[in-house]
Amino acid sequence: MSAQTNALMPAPKMKRSHLLRVPWLLYVVAILLSVTFLFPLFWMASTSLKSMEQAYAFPPVWIPNPVQWDNYAKIFTELPFLTFTINSILITVLNTTGVVLSSAVVAFGFSRLRAKGRDLLFILLISTIMLPSQVILVPTFILFKYLHWINTFLPLVVPAYFGGGAFNIFLLRQFFMTIPFEYDEAAIMDGASRWTIFWRIMLPLSKPALATVAVLNIVAVWTDFFGPLIYLNDLNKMTLAVGLSFLRGQHSAVLTLLMAGGMFTTLPILIIFFLAQRYFVEGIQLGGLKG
Amino acid sequence: MSATGTVIVPARKGLRPRQKESIAFYLFILPWMLGFVIFTFGPMIASAFLSLTSFSVMSAPTWIGTANYVTMVHTPLFWKSMGNTLFMVALDLPLGLIASLSAAVLLNQKLRGINVFRAIFYLPVLIPTIANILLWVWIFDKDSGILNVLLKLVGIPAQPWLTDELWSKPSLIFMNLWGVGSAMLIYLAGLKGVPVELHEAARIDGANTWQGFWKITMPLLSPTILFQLVIGVIYEFQIFTQGYILGGGPNFSTTFYVLELFNNAFRYLKMGYASAMAWVLFAVTLVITLLVFRSTPYWVYYEAERQR
Repeated sequence: MSAQTNALMPAPKMKRSHLLRVPWLLYVVAILLSVTFLFPLFWMASTSLKSMEQAYAFPPVWIPNPVQWDNYAKIFTELPFLTFTINSILITVLNTTGVVLSSAVVAFGFSRLRAKGRDLLFILLISTIMLPSQVILVPTFILFKYLHWINTFLPLVVPAYFGGGAFNIFLLRQFFMTIPFEYDEAAIMDGASRWTIFWRIMLPLSKPALATVAVLNIVAVWTDFFGPLIYLNDLNKMTLAVGLSFLRGQHSAVLTLLMAGGMFTTLPILIIFFLAQRYFVEGIQLGGLKG
Repeated sequence: MSATGTVIVPARKGLRPRQKESIAFYLFILPWMLGFVIFTFGPMIASAFLSLTSFSVMSAPTWIGTANYVTMVHTPLFWKSMGNTLFMVALDLPLGLIASLSAAVLLNQKLRGINVFRAIFYLPVLIPTIANILLWVWIFDKDSGILNVLLKLVGIPAQPWLTDELWSKPSLIFMNLWGVGSAMLIYLAGLKGVPVELHEAARIDGANTWQGFWKITMPLLSPTILFQLVIGVIYEFQIFTQGYILGGGPNFSTTFYVLELFNNAFRYLKMGYASAMAWVLFAVTLVITLLVFRSTPYWVYYEAERQR
């Protein structure tokens, strides 16, 4: 009875056969689908470790033999992948620091402090989520051009320090609202300033939510293609995401290197996912449900 | 409060913290307010102005009134790219919604190791768009791609997939089915919010699984579906990377709206025209989103409304 309490619960008279058969059927379906879902990633990994002959062989070779680790070394000599990696790390770290700090500060204001016009400003904030970024694309590009920021990391980093994105503010505000106001009141009694309450009470209590924002932002910045494509020009300024596409432009024939580059760009995200899985789940659900 | 004399002192004390709180509020949200003015509102005004000019970055913008919008209407590629994007909104979005909801229902079972299955279903979402499209270009390869190889093995003739005008967009939709994991997680959270007692009560009243799903689960899940629909509309209108990597596709079949906008802005340096395109994009997104919201009384169920 308690084993399957959900939407697929069958009528009582079917219960016995259900308990006997359906879990097996579900397992078969789930396993078949899992294999399907895993296949593209497996195929990228597999191709990235093959020789060219094996990659194009018919019938297909599933497990590379011998394993060509060399492909991964080659991407670093074909293009400055090490520089790409350092650039990606630098931009991701600087951007995420800004996003976490400034969205937390702003979310504190929207969740803990009362003022005239607060609700109106909050509606304004939320409505900016709906605005397609292309609407502001051209003027923003021109602004950065006049500031001589084109072909530097500044356009990809500095805006993160100005609010950190409406969605992140919204997500942290939702979390801050769940923290009892008694903490603030007690701290005010003790003569603490708003900043102290924010820094000493709110932030330490919100580590899971801050980690969620950080993790989701790391993935977003790491995989961003549009931003670096527009604002960076020099090869040695590029990020991994855009650099990877150059690998195709330069050597469209070298499929195995392209797959190695793809794996190399994907791996850090997979590692972060396995280390911080619960923050992905919580963040997506917090943002999704309260929307 | 309206008493006299003694009120003055407490009133002052009572007002001051309020004012202090107001000032603190505006100081805390200052980063966002600055960001909003500098990186959102200012550029919006500028963009609206630029959309009425001819502007190539090299020289100052010249006022041309609504000429950009008129040009747009007479540009076949504008309509084609809008059609391509609407094709994705009309097919990719509903298919993704159905697939992710189905996946969530499947993985809402209390099976042993269910968390492993959930992680596996989510895994393809983690592949960066650029790596993913390069991977699928290989999977879809006409001659040696694994998809055609497998089809050949079971006796189905090879298909042209991404290299064919008719097939290219359906191929991308097929590819996107591997990305249902993130929406699936949101539905899973929604499914957890469906009270077990409701299903038990319905079962006692003689309802079967199918009825339980449509009469209980779906209404309670409808706000989540609405959220997914709205986010989905915005997302589909933003499709860019796939089309960019595919070079716009055979006969512009994957030249999506944002790619056409990007090409005008940064390839042909028609910044005014690109700004006008952006406003049309905004308007179309807004109209479709409003239509979605208008339709909500007919299918979205809010528990709170019962109290009215």
